[in-house]
Amino acid sequence: MIGRANVSSAAPALRASSGLLLVALAVLPLVGCETTSSRQIQPAERSPLGRQSLQWLERVTWGANTASAGELLDLGEERFLERQLYPGAAPSTFQVAALDVGQRPLDRLVMELEQQRKEADAMTDDEQKKAAQQAYQQALTRVANEAASRSLLRDLYSPNQLQEQLTWFWFNHFNVFLYKGNLRAMVGDFEEHAIRPHALGRFRDLLISTMRHPAMLRYLDNEQNAVGHINENYARELMELHTLGVNGGYAQRDVQELARVLTGLGINASDKTPNVRPQLKAQYVRDGLFEFNPNRHDYGDKELLGQRIRGRGLAEIDEVAQLLARHPSTAQFVSRKLAVYFVADDPPKPLVERMAATFQGSDGDIAATLRTMFRSPEFAASLGGKFKDPVHYVVSAVRFAYDGKPILNALPMINWLNRLGEPLYGRPTPDGYPLTQTAWASAGQMTARFEVAKLIGNSSAGLFKPSGPDAVEQPAFPQMASALYYETVAQTLDPSTRQALDVARSPQEWNIFLLASPEFMYR
Amino acid sequence: MNRRQLLALSAALPLAAAYGRLYAVPSAPGKLLVVFLRGGYDATNFLIPVASEFYYEARPNIAIRRPGSAPNAALALDANWALHPSLRETIYPMFLQGQVAFVPFCGTDDLTRSHFETQDSLELGQPLEGSRDFQSGFLNRLTDVLRGRQPIAFTEQLPLILRGDKDVPNMALRSLGKPGIDSRQSAIIAGMYQRTALASPVKQGFGLRDEVMHAMEPEMEAANRGAITAKGFELEARRIATLMAEKFDIGFVDVGGWDTHVGEGGATGYLAGRLDELGRGLCAIAREMGARWPETVLVVISEFGRTFRENGNRGTDHGHGSVYWVMGGAIKGGRIAGDQVDLTPATLFQNRDYPVLNDYRAVFAGLFARMYSLNSTQLSQVFPKASAKEIGLL
Repeated sequence: MIGRANVSSAAPALRASSGLLLVALAVLPLVGCETTSSRQIQPAERSPLGRQSLQWLERVTWGANTASAGELLDLGEERFLERQLYPGAAPSTFQVAALDVGQRPLDRLVMELEQQRKEADAMTDDEQKKAAQQAYQQALTRVANEAASRSLLRDLYSPNQLQEQLTWFWFNHFNVFLYKGNLRAMVGDFEEHAIRPHALGRFRDLLISTMRHPAMLRYLDNEQNAVGHINENYARELMELHTLGVNGGYAQRDVQELARVLTGLGINASDKTPNVRPQLKAQYVRDGLFEFNPNRHDYGDKELLGQRIRGRGLAEIDEVAQLLARHPSTAQFVSRKLAVYFVADDPPKPLVERMAATFQGSDGDIAATLRTMFRSPEFAASLGGKFKDPVHYVVSAVRFAYDGKPILNALPMINWLNRLGEPLYGRPTPDGYPLTQTAWASAGQMTARFEVAKLIGNSSAGLFKPSGPDAVEQPAFPQMASALYYETVAQTLDPSTRQALDVARSPQEWNIFLLASPEFMYR
Repeated sequence: MNRRQLLALSAALPLAAAYGRLYAVPSAPGKLLVVFLRGGYDATNFLIPVASEFYYEARPNIAIRRPGSAPNAALALDANWALHPSLRETIYPMFLQGQVAFVPFCGTDDLTRSHFETQDSLELGQPLEGSRDFQSGFLNRLTDVLRGRQPIAFTEQLPLILRGDKDVPNMALRSLGKPGIDSRQSAIIAGMYQRTALASPVKQGFGLRDEVMHAMEPEMEAANRGAITAKGFELEARRIATLMAEKFDIGFVDVGGWDTHVGEGGATGYLAGRLDELGRGLCAIAREMGARWPETVLVVISEFGRTFRENGNRGTDHGHGSVYWVMGGAIKGGRIAGDQVDLTPATLFQNRDYPVLNDYRAVFAGLFARMYSLNSTQLSQVFPKASAKEIGLL
């Protein structure tokens, strides 16, 4: 299916091109890796994937394609799952060399953009100023789009499919919104350095890395939170949304106390260091844009969830992170949310209990908690029953439609996600996008989804048009009537869906009906 | 007979009689539009307690000046209350014409101070004690009780408030484009869903799409002729009014951007801008509803008020009691309604926020009782274990 020749012949044409193109180029070796197994054993030599395995694959990955189906046939569920739970480091070929987001450390990127903003603001000529301010805004948007492109390309082509799903899941759990302040410059780094490395790791590490990231400190106003000028916003969401859950057993007083603990945690995007009182100077910490400023910290003792926190500076943060991460309510809250995402909108209570037990017994080991879930009978019984949220819908559609032919531009996908109401980094509120069918399957949303099905099924829709002035669009067409379709997918379709496919008047329309079918809406 | 007298008279008469003749409509105000300000808007800087010294002490940087004391001062409504100056050309004249009433100290007893938790409990409208059914919002239950009234959500997602036994269509009106799926394809796609759980939303979605496109034809034509069109919420509001006037009876829309923890501004600034846009939009609805406006009741709600004192960042944090607005061409407006209390440190809730003296379920129940002549059994279906509170809005 995904011939090597197909991939390598496309490569030379890509080489001379712009940023996004290089991303696509960089993923090519990965696609190679992923397909190795399927090349070794010809599809004809073995029986095709069964219905149950297809649905299993749809859940563990961003959507079945030929390569992942081949790998599953080779490895079996057990070994496939272990590879996903404990993936190797992201391959070194996976570089995003030409993108601003990956190329420079965040502090340099943000400081350069800040410089650009200041220069624009200082201009005296109105027209020039307007143009310069516009250029600054466009620069921010470009960085955010590159981050989203990188994220989507990984969803499509990374061999570490589960890690990429969890990267989305945890970003959404620790949600930040790209249009607050200059967060467009930061969301990519937040995803890349605060979330992805810990997505299958220890929950406490994940929590701490979000607590120290400038995107979070800005989004929830903690950079404004200082002794005598308390701002509770982050403290509240930290317990309500990130750890204990709203009924997790904290009170307004705990919110106020946690806010005191968080004082002094902020951002410094200048090249200056603040004046710190001599006796506290040793406590000052700066790490990239992250800053702990002892002058702004409340050094009094606090009492959080019945526990005394001795006022002593940044070490309090690690202490409360530990306290929150080990709280039984957190084990429950996080386990249930994972089960909602991967099992069912209202997951069986016994399953959540067992996951929470694993979570607590392993000191918040996310991979171990997921293993309990994936190997449960409840998971097996739930297959095929989760309604795809828009990100799952769009990514799985592109994986299926261009099986093995890497796209060259992810901007059309970004546009589709906008249209479907679930853009990356685009949830304004800290609760993140909802994870259940009722939130995505209303009348208006179904209509919008069919419109997107038409765009994906009709033509290559710009996915193969590299960005850049001299870029030449590559010929491509969504090929969904594949061996995977005939051997496996077709067997899962209801007669009414086949009937619709039978009356399609063109290959395009056949694609549209398949993408619009009830079967394609679920994973 | 002037307008006020007419309104006063019509309020005393069965409304169907008064307006039935004038506008040839079936009954009393039967059209309901709920506008949800998500994020907890700062009601204290919207409806300003100008009689309270404490207000000026508690908000040294963001308070709105007393009426007449400055060019951009608050707009006097009565001896105790005044309106934010950004509403000078929109809501203020409507208040003077008796088409707007405000209900301060209104809200829910939910004390989580969480946006999401409080929004959920408000939209569900169920008693706080006991388990909650997340598939049963109070507007859905109202629709169910009324029968024959067409509900709609003007939102991308179907909000909790309209989820439930009754299937409710939804469509966001911010940006509209010509559909790509043609009618033959729509029929084939709907056919695939016929025997699935999604049959109804799929069918409703195509139906609503066609209706909206039809209703928006005049607007599209005007735009094609190069007419200046409204932007943002005002544009959305006009479209809402068009659809509410033509076809729908119970509508819902939400407006975000009210969570003003930092730098909310005073007479000018961030909150002033949000209120200005909102005021223009709501005014446009009144205008576009035309002859249907006297049949309409529009209620503006929010999950909670904000802290009475400003915080360390010239903003405000999550509070408790809020101020609801009730608008309509035939309401008894021009008043501040419901139970009230003088604002002093001693009367604040938990020394922090507005108390809730007017439970939102009781207020809505009172309103619905008048609008739809519901009996107590019907009311208890909409709001279990709540009793209606009559504060004279209709």
